[in-house]
Amino acid sequence: MFSFIIRRLAVAVPTILALITVSFVLMHAAPGGPFTNERNVPEAVMENIEAKYNLDKPLWQQYFIYVGNVAQGDLGPSFRYKDFTVNELIESSFPRSAYIGAWSFLFVVVFGVGLGVLAALKQNRWPDYTVMTAAMTGVVFPNFVMAPLLVLLFAVTLRWLPAGGWEGGQVEYIVMPIIAMATSYIAQVARITRSSMIETLRSPYIRTARAKGIPRHKIVLRHALKPALIPVVSYLGPAFVGIITGSVIIDQVFSTGGIGQHFVNGAINRDYSLILGVTILVGMLTIVFNAVVDILYTWLDPRVRY
Amino acid sequence: MTATSLQIMTATINRCAFALLALIMLAACSEEGRQHAGDEALAAAEVDAPESRMRDHPETGEKLARRQVLVRGNASEPASLDPHLVEDTVGGAIVVDLFEGLTRSGPNGDTEPALARSWSSSDNNLTWTFRLREDGRWSDGTTVTAHDFVYGWRRAVDPEVGSNYAYYIESAGVENAAEIITGEKEPEALGVRAIDDFTFEVTLAQPITYLPDMTVHYTMFPAPREAIETHGPDWTKPGNMVSNGAYLLDTWHLGEKLVAARNPHYRENNRTIIDRVVYVPIESSSAELQRYASGELHMTSTVPVSQMVRLKKERPDELVMAPSIATYMYAFNVNRPPFDDVRVRRALTYAIDRNLIVNYITRGGQMPAFSLTPGYVSDFDFQQPEYGTWSQPERDEAARRELEKAGYTEDNPLEFELLYNTDESHKALAIVVSQMWKEKLGAKVTISNLEWKTFLSEKQAGNYEMARFGWKGDYNEASTFLTLLTTDSGNNDGGWGNVEYDQLLQDARSAEDPNPYYVQAEEILWQEFPVAPVYFNTTVALVSPVLKGYPENNPRNIIYSKDMYITAD
Repeated sequence: MFSFIIRRLAVAVPTILALITVSFVLMHAAPGGPFTNERNVPEAVMENIEAKYNLDKPLWQQYFIYVGNVAQGDLGPSFRYKDFTVNELIESSFPRSAYIGAWSFLFVVVFGVGLGVLAALKQNRWPDYTVMTAAMTGVVFPNFVMAPLLVLLFAVTLRWLPAGGWEGGQVEYIVMPIIAMATSYIAQVARITRSSMIETLRSPYIRTARAKGIPRHKIVLRHALKPALIPVVSYLGPAFVGIITGSVIIDQVFSTGGIGQHFVNGAINRDYSLILGVTILVGMLTIVFNAVVDILYTWLDPRVRY
Repeated sequence: MTATSLQIMTATINRCAFALLALIMLAACSEEGRQHAGDEALAAAEVDAPESRMRDHPETGEKLARRQVLVRGNASEPASLDPHLVEDTVGGAIVVDLFEGLTRSGPNGDTEPALARSWSSSDNNLTWTFRLREDGRWSDGTTVTAHDFVYGWRRAVDPEVGSNYAYYIESAGVENAAEIITGEKEPEALGVRAIDDFTFEVTLAQPITYLPDMTVHYTMFPAPREAIETHGPDWTKPGNMVSNGAYLLDTWHLGEKLVAARNPHYRENNRTIIDRVVYVPIESSSAELQRYASGELHMTSTVPVSQMVRLKKERPDELVMAPSIATYMYAFNVNRPPFDDVRVRRALTYAIDRNLIVNYITRGGQMPAFSLTPGYVSDFDFQQPEYGTWSQPERDEAARRELEKAGYTEDNPLEFELLYNTDESHKALAIVVSQMWKEKLGAKVTISNLEWKTFLSEKQAGNYEMARFGWKGDYNEASTFLTLLTTDSGNNDGGWGNVEYDQLLQDARSAEDPNPYYVQAEEILWQEFPVAPVYFNTTVALVSPVLKGYPENNPRNIIYSKDMYITAD
């Protein structure tokens, strides 16, 4: 296990480096730059601005300066938000997205797995149909539909909840973001759990257990659930990263001040350092949680060893 | 994912979400109507605020709300709060609350004294002297002096600061500005000096009559030297920032809100009623509308075009349509056929049915535009071009004749591409206009859209035939529009140039009354058509009935929070 973690870490460095390189090149290849503005500034002024951000240097030089800084943990100044460095932006926004994300993830696991198991056990009966209909609806109701709908219902019409804001993450402010974030994931997880559970329940060792007269709830909880969760965990690993790094829709509709806004705005504004910074963050989280998933496999399936 | 596909994706997402929203809001909002319009904005304003010091408005006697916390929708996050680095309207909206310059924009857009008590010019407008008030205070209690203006103006042109608006000082003609920007001279060489603590003198290399109008702009604001030298680039952070306006920066979390608190040292602090100002950056106009409808905003920054009809019916008293010094147009690339032929440019300009556009497409009180400079620009002698007085059928007839003269017929139709940046409202307009040209002139128009930055770089490189073009004046004087189309203008991407036009604008600078020159310059545009004006824009917003003092008639849409107040009920 220890050597497994070391191996993973060793691979992580070149992976991140490749990620930086590709993103760097793609970002700079996009037409326009961070300082392309509707108001065309005179060349001399543009040169001053570009010099201030090292954009006047050859691209390869900019690349090495950037990588050198990243190695020291400095993600550079934001090109768009001139009052902030990328480190500051990530430090202030990521915890919020992670907080909403962690709660969403909890709901995803509890309700997604729970409903999936329920549907599998009651296959082709009304609980199954109800859960699957709801799940299909959830899939087609992604957060960009869900978020404005929730605001309309709970903030504009009923006036039970504030339409947006953060205010230290108080419950009334994060309920809607969590629901909007979790819905489609719950639906996905329920579907995956259901089909995997149905398959597991049909396997010979479960039939054997049943023949032995072991009570049904024990069969499900002790013998069927763990192997049935393997595909679910494979899905949840990357999904977890997606959930805790937030969503631009959630950030825009609810003004949560999370990190999701920076992915889209960074690209639209050609904020090279910001988009690279969030890309690196997602890259590292993905590597970490893929490793976590692999470790979880060993617990779910004793045949898996590293 | 490339930026373009991201943009398309968000655009699609916005569209889907919006279509659905619009449907449901139609159903929901018509029921709940306006009964909550008077609610105090609470949720987004969970900020510590003292109880209002005044119970009634000192002048009007209206009963004031106990909490004077103003919550403003503010479209997006500013690039910076540094007055010399601000480059966008959203930043400007905050900075004019935090800082105060020599002059300010009055309720009707006219220039009024602010920190400057009075001003005068001598030497044929080459030397301008501003006499400052002595009660101007920074938020740390120190006095605002002429030295702070000298420092601020030098910063604006300092290459190391890298201001986007450095050219603004240059275009005012301040001595040595151009040389400082290019690095030939030190910032200290700028033609500004403090004669004494309260006398600020500006020396121009080229005279202008409207320097006081230009000083309304934040680029000409003072800067707090000590705070900037102590904190470096971090000086704009809450706690570090020292400002001289009615408010000071309290908290700022990107994407959530920015809170400004009353500046106790402000010279007119005892007259300011609003205690806290909260700016909420909401990029989607439909999300902003929801926030307003839920009672969490006192005012929005815009209104979704598709909701105009409904809002006019349901919230007529809250919908504000303020004229704005902004012109929407299509720019021709005169270096390329078919637009190297003035007859083609004229034909297309004539054939746009502007009344139809403002009444059925934009629907926000916009005015048909036949010329470049809007009529409500201060002191501008607005003249309607002759073709603007014709009826649309007459214009259409003239357009057909022009196009025929240029050699385009049914067998040889005019073909070109119209480029705009990806956006629902630009798209709607492009479709309608191209349809007009097709029906009236038989033109084959391809309309294409590009993501914003791609659009800008193509346009600035001159890679287009016709492109959408919008301009909002930097200051309230006609030259902010007319200088757009001079040969050396950085924003004249279409390549049009006219020596006579350039000379007129040059002469206008030193003229006692520049209007005759401006009129002549406009006349050249009506003959040459480097751009096809479409409409003069408006600023459309929703303003809560409890919020008073919103500058409905300010064509610059400069809103000073300190001029407003919130009434009870």
